Amino acid sequence: MIEIVSATRCVQCDICVKVCPANVFDATDNGVPVIARQEDCQTCFLCEIYCPTDALYVAEFAEGPTGITEAEADARQLFGSYARALGWKRGKAGGSEFDPTHRIRVAQ
Amino acid sequence: MPKSQKSASDSLHLQADVLVLGGGPSAAWAAVAAAESGAKVVLADKGYLGTSGATAPSNTGTWCVPPGDNRHAVVERRWQRTGELADPRWMLRCVDTAYRNLLRLSEWGYPFPSEDDGRLYIANLRGPDYMRFMRRRVLLAGVTVLDHHPALELLSDDDAIVGAAGVARQVGQDWRVDANAVVLATGGCAFRERILGATGLTGDGYLMAAEAGASLSGMEFTGKYTLAPYGSSLNKGLPFRWASFHREDGSPILGPTGEPLRNGIGDREEEVARALIDGPVYARLDQAEPALQGWLRQGQPNCFVPYDRAGIDPFSELFRITLRAEGTVRGTGGIEIVSDDCATGVPGLYVAGDAASREIMTGAVSGGGAVNSSWALASGWWAGKGASTHAKRRNGKAFRSAAQSLGQAGLRPAATPRADISAGEIIEAVRSEVTPLDKNFFRSGESLEKSSERLESVWRDVRDHLQGEGVERVRTREAASIAAAGRWSVAAALHRTESRGMHRRTDLPGRSPVFAHRLVITGVDAFRIAGAPERLAELAS
Ligand SMILES: Cc1cc2nc3c(=O)[nH]c(=O)nc-3n(C[C@H](O)[C@H](O)[C@H](O)COP(=O)(O)OP(=O)(O)OC[C@H]3O[C@@H](n4cnc5c(N)ncnc54)[C@H](O)[C@@H]3O)c2cc1C
Ligand code: SF4
Ligand code: SF4
Repeated sequence: MIEIVSATRCVQCDICVKVCPANVFDATDNGVPVIARQEDCQTCFLCEIYCPTDALYVAEFAEGPTGITEAEADARQLFGSYARALGWKRGKAGGSEFDPTHRIRVAQ
Repeated sequence: MPKSQKSASDSLHLQADVLVLGGGPSAAWAAVAAAESGAKVVLADKGYLGTSGATAPSNTGTWCVPPGDNRHAVVERRWQRTGELADPRWMLRCVDTAYRNLLRLSEWGYPFPSEDDGRLYIANLRGPDYMRFMRRRVLLAGVTVLDHHPALELLSDDDAIVGAAGVARQVGQDWRVDANAVVLATGGCAFRERILGATGLTGDGYLMAAEAGASLSGMEFTGKYTLAPYGSSLNKGLPFRWASFHREDGSPILGPTGEPLRNGIGDREEEVARALIDGPVYARLDQAEPALQGWLRQGQPNCFVPYDRAGIDPFSELFRITLRAEGTVRGTGGIEIVSDDCATGVPGLYVAGDAASREIMTGAVSGGGAVNSSWALASGWWAGKGASTHAKRRNGKAFRSAAQSLGQAGLRPAATPRADISAGEIIEAVRSEVTPLDKNFFRSGESLEKSSERLESVWRDVRDHLQGEGVERVRTREAASIAAAGRWSVAAALHRTESRGMHRRTDLPGRSPVFAHRLVITGVDAFRIAGAPERLAELAS
């Protein structure tokens, strides 16, 4: 589930508010978005890759919050890790041309 | 641009030729196809076109069959696996149209990977990239996109469907679009299981279509489950193709031949399901060679997010797993199609993707892994064309302001609304009948009878008393849709007194030739189940 909006990284662009398909975030008047409906999060990790500053962290457990802290996610270099694995950068798409899935299909 | 006007109640009111409901691939293709034929198109999605639906968070392999005579043999081979319920004619036209649209993607510049010989590999679409790309194509085609605008109900002028209404959930304002034709591309029903993309997939389109008089088919085929790391949303089976499986005490789970199971996908989900009913099950991806490990990591990066974040090496360490219920998303049920243009039999109402029954494509087995994404590519295209042709024929007919709102359950209860009946509890009650492995993966007449009784009682509460206000209507309507889908699924499963594909009756193992046909459901509150041949005769008369 979505657990962290890092206030130090966030530039308040509200992209996550717009793109989260489950409408989990609410924009705020002059601050970072808030996680308003955490229970609705579908743990799809897509907000992370759309965020231009890697300010969001979605934990792996889908049934409820794990309580992970920003300090721990930071120390383990988890912010932006899914975007890096895909080849997305600063909220922009990339990397699908290097997808080796066809090799997996052959092996299958 | 469609005309926009704010009515007295400050709600958004648009007019269009074609209204597409949904924001996954089938909605996107329907919108592009309709716009290309000159229609004014509005697309309204519950979520955000680009991230919502089952494809966006995934990585979908397509059923990619190049032109040539070999197609017939490929289709025939696949048909053999469908439990005799698919229709080879539909399968053939689907692969042809899907292939054309995959080529369109490459012409438009979608960044496909290359094979070793330098040719583009177009048989796989990476979800986040594909859907972001489709959003751009939809906007380039001049479509008006309404994100976070869930539809609540269809509108009818008695002769035909003439639009839909809903609520803009981020602003709390009602919306209404008058349209000459509507495409339902609202996806499947995942019964609120926490799987990728499923938050919005609550079967809303099924209920809307049934209220309008359309039929459903294949609703009994909801017995598809996919492996996932325990507690995660990652219902992607592929890595488990190269795994070993163990019980709590470390003993290996055996396959049908008595050998330890080394591939947990496809039919082998059955052994894992049996073990999971007994207790916790653990897996390790230890059958994957180092090169394959690298390809899996790079090609299916989201599969590894749960392990990496939990600090587990899945290739060397055991981790707990689960089977996630997938309802009709990887099942096959949905709205029945009655003609090649994806019409539903209700004038002005078209259907595409997972909202449609995929029984004609994949019968009693799952279309996940290839067929479903090609079906979204093809059916979206046909539904968009069909809807725009219908719209052109109707053009000139003024919109009747007296259009009827068709929504019932969850919107307009039959009796006094009761505050103690909540959407959340309704959904939990349905889930406890249609998701447990020992009720729905393995089925029996006795247990289905009990589920049916409970679901009837849940349904009565929904029908008579469930109501929401404002934005809350999205949730009450979702609960009503889930309750309706669960009830149809169990009723059809009871009706099919045999086993076929993912419909596994422990009391009736084996196929019965009497049931080598589709079951078609018509009606919401009082519904009837008929064999497909009778239904065709009915349509012809
Ligand atoms: C994890 C996973 C992996 C998969 N992998 C494969 C694969 O490898 N190969 C394959 O062939 N298939 C695969 N599938 C299936 C494939 O993703 C679906 O068949 C495909 O997404 C269907 O497209 P769709 O547009 O019909 O529905 P979806 O993509 O599910 O989109 C449905 C849309 O409807 C919207 N919606 C719902 N209700 C409303 C409403 N009331 N008003 C407005 N909008 C609404 C939703 O917001 C969503 O945008 C996979 C599915 C999953 C879950
Ligand atoms: S997308 Fe990222 S930077 Fe933008 S508001 Fe959300 S968290 Fe902040
Ligand atoms: S993980 Fe998905 S559902 Fe959850 S907040 Fe991020 S985008 Fe929304």
